[in-house]
Amino acid sequence: MTTLAEKVPASATSSRWENARRGFYRFRNSWLSIAGLLIVLVLFIIAVIGPSIVPYPEHVAGSVSTATRFQPPSALHWFGTNELGQDVFSLVVAGSQISLLAGLAVVAVGALVGTLVGAVAGYFGGWTDEVLMRLADLKLTVPSLILAMAVAAALGPGILNMVIAISISWWPGYARLVRGEVIAKKEEMFVQAARALGAGTGRILRRHILPNILTPVIIKMSLDMGFAILTVASLGFIGIGVKPPTPEWGSLLSIARTYMPDYWWTAVFPGSAIFLAVFGFNLLGDGLRDVFDPKARR
Amino acid sequence: MILRIENVTKDFKVSHGPLARATHFTALKDVSLSVGKGESFGLVGESGSGKTTLTRLILQLDRVSSGRILFDGTDLASLSARDLRHLRSRIQIVFQDPYASLNPRMTVHDIISEPMEIHQDTLGLNARQRTDRVVELLELVGLGGQHLFRFPHEFSGGQRQRIGIARALAVRPEFLILDEPTSALDVSVQAQVLNLLHELQAKLGLTYFFISHDLGVIRYVCDRVALIYRGEIVEQGETERIFEAPESDYARLLLSAMPEPDPDRSPFRPPAASAG
Repeated sequence: MTTLAEKVPASATSSRWENARRGFYRFRNSWLSIAGLLIVLVLFIIAVIGPSIVPYPEHVAGSVSTATRFQPPSALHWFGTNELGQDVFSLVVAGSQISLLAGLAVVAVGALVGTLVGAVAGYFGGWTDEVLMRLADLKLTVPSLILAMAVAAALGPGILNMVIAISISWWPGYARLVRGEVIAKKEEMFVQAARALGAGTGRILRRHILPNILTPVIIKMSLDMGFAILTVASLGFIGIGVKPPTPEWGSLLSIARTYMPDYWWTAVFPGSAIFLAVFGFNLLGDGLRDVFDPKARR
Repeated sequence: MILRIENVTKDFKVSHGPLARATHFTALKDVSLSVGKGESFGLVGESGSGKTTLTRLILQLDRVSSGRILFDGTDLASLSARDLRHLRSRIQIVFQDPYASLNPRMTVHDIISEPMEIHQDTLGLNARQRTDRVVELLELVGLGGQHLFRFPHEFSGGQRQRIGIARALAVRPEFLILDEPTSALDVSVQAQVLNLLHELQAKLGLTYFFISHDLGVIRYVCDRVALIYRGEIVEQGETERIFEAPESDYARLLLSAMPEPDPDRSPFRPPAASAG
């Protein structure tokens, strides 16, 4: 009993910290998760400080130097130069900002809208549920890239429009996930207890149901980040994403496509960046799932 | 009489798919009983007999199909949402399962102070006073201030049930529904919790509506008892009277099924052992 008493956490924060420490221990046991976390961290650091450390900031802004077109990778140009003589390394590093920002925005907006819709549908049930979920099903019948293309084409190019377009095709996944979780959780005794206490719908959803279903949502967000970046790049690739000269991985790849295979470096490096980002976020998502859901562990 | 249940019937519609016609399942049939202020009223029945349905009706988590439930003279069904919320501070419940009935993401402090937040307008406590009251409640149920910021999973079953009791008492209720509060606990812990409930009743003047399938517990705690079988009350009266002279067949059946506390008369022991 004395040993127990000594371990009593002094506050809610220290108790949460203890839980987080145990979770991180499980996370640390898998080197793939750590690799994912490192890749993601490095990507974010590059996205934040990248534009100020690139060797040729003028190329990022859109200036060209035709004298140095299609130079292969060298000490001067790590990733070579493209058809306009721009340094590919500078463009790829600067492009990380758009890709990560847009991916993050898509996932955040999708998760926010989806959680809201799913929570309302799951909690109220009946007609509300029917209408909202049929709407989500309807959305799921249309391939997301096609819908995003249509929306982006209708709204016109631009980062914000692209984020809106992809988010529209992104929320139903979250809505379905959250709806299922809410339906399971609303029958839990502690939710019934809160209702018996006289807690209103808002309080029950906010304090009792949502905190208990946040884990799968966070895991899905992490797994989705990779796909969101890929979708952003896809829209860039087909030319309805970000307008040049703003560097973006998808559009860099799209332009480089015509110069394959002779000037391979113009395509390989933006492509590798996309691959690395998707790979990193997937590893991180898998790692998080293992931490939060011990049953799914190998 | 603080609680009067008059001819309450509860039907559930059972759907058999879109083509078949829905049938009705009657969970409670013409149930009438009344509970006096300050007494301990026991409701005994097997699983599926309608005990939990009745508690859900009293708590207004479900609506009656017909009949009335009067609390302190007012029909619960006639109350506005606002008055119902106010009334909820007077009726509280302790749940059977101390593991499922506490939110795993909330600290003990938040769990116990939440009822006070909800009934802020009735109680009028600020955040500091609420925390003081949480500590006071924890001490009342045999825990202490050192448990304030721990999470439910850090406690044993008996301790969690004490937290559940503290939560129920937070809004100073008059009427406490105890839905098999000890059935998920070890026998030794059961006795501690029952003794705590007994002390609290004497100290706070509570009325208990005690639901159980354990006749030993009921006899230990309750002044009066009602037996419920398949949604109908088969017998009700003074606890001693029912245990000494049961009138209905079901009551006799239940009493004969009670395990004998004398180990020498256990059917699991060979007769030779009982000779010595």
